[in-house]
Amino acid sequence: MTVRFAPVFFLLGAILMLGAGPAWAVEPDERLADAVLEARARVLSKDIRCLVCQNQSIDDSSASLARDLRLLLRERLVEGDSDEQIFDFLVARYGDFILLKPPMKASTYALWFGPPAIFVLALIALIFFFRRRPAPESAIPAPLDGDERARLAALLDDDPQSTPAPPTRTANHKGERP
Amino acid sequence: MPRILFLAPLALFAIVAAYLAVGLTRDARILPSALIDKPAPQFDLKALKDGDPGFSTADLKGDVILVNIFASWCVPCRAEHPLLMRLAQDKTIKIYGLNWKDRKKDAIAWLNELGDPYDLIGHDLSGRAGIEWGVYGVPETYLIDRDGRIRYKKVGPMVEETLTNEILPLIQELTQ
Repeated sequence: MTVRFAPVFFLLGAILMLGAGPAWAVEPDERLADAVLEARARVLSKDIRCLVCQNQSIDDSSASLARDLRLLLRERLVEGDSDEQIFDFLVARYGDFILLKPPMKASTYALWFGPPAIFVLALIALIFFFRRRPAPESAIPAPLDGDERARLAALLDDDPQSTPAPPTRTANHKGERP
Repeated sequence: MPRILFLAPLALFAIVAAYLAVGLTRDARILPSALIDKPAPQFDLKALKDGDPGFSTADLKGDVILVNIFASWCVPCRAEHPLLMRLAQDKTIKIYGLNWKDRKKDAIAWLNELGDPYDLIGHDLSGRAGIEWGVYGVPETYLIDRDGRIRYKKVGPMVEETLTNEILPLIQELTQ
């Protein structure tokens, strides 16, 4: 009987797992009552680095500094700060490193444009390489000499009764072929 | 194609290798302070010990001051503590402490045990003043010049070399 219901249990389990999702660092007591501001806070905090763990955003991190920054962020949102003002506030204290997405400015041009520039250079080099590359000499076969042509003609001859040209490439040529 | 171009990949590799080699010598956990050469941040803290004067931005004017962020739960703070005691005994410089995310009784017990090198201690339980300073861990040590500007920041514990090679020469320069 239970076997009959196995697919149902399986499906039920799968549906339950869908609802589980990842565990969030954001504690219930941190959340704002205003759903719109809370949503903004979540979006912003995904772009702010937790300086203790460094490769997590403050939205992901359970470090206490991350919690402090989340609370601070929400306070400022309630006070009516724009996204820009919040980022400026944090950058003034912690530097650009607190932004997970580095800003576009003179000192980060190499970071932003370096990889595309290298890609374009590589592409140009590749095109240049394949267009200019001469065929290597060894790849061009030497033209057939008289004997070889005669032998080829004999081999290609439709009439099986015709006498094939005597093999001229004999002892003295053997072992000399590449 | 000129023959020399065959060396291009090798040259490219050398450049990348040099770049990465430099990267390996830097400790990525230590961030440059965004506050160097900027005025000390705005904060106003109550004293750690009841009855003592508090510690605020206004206290950072007129003198060269060393500000040390510490906590009783922080092991490296304990390690650098003797250096602060020595600085205090030599009366080289005013030392102000910012007790970060610490319980009053723990911090006071810690100072009773190890000695109190600080001329002034602010109690920052919430860590909010620490955020103003750009603190992301303890200990951190700052030097403030006479105009109230941050001139130096050390992330992590001071060691003998930090003191003799960086902090003491800068104190001398700033007090001149």
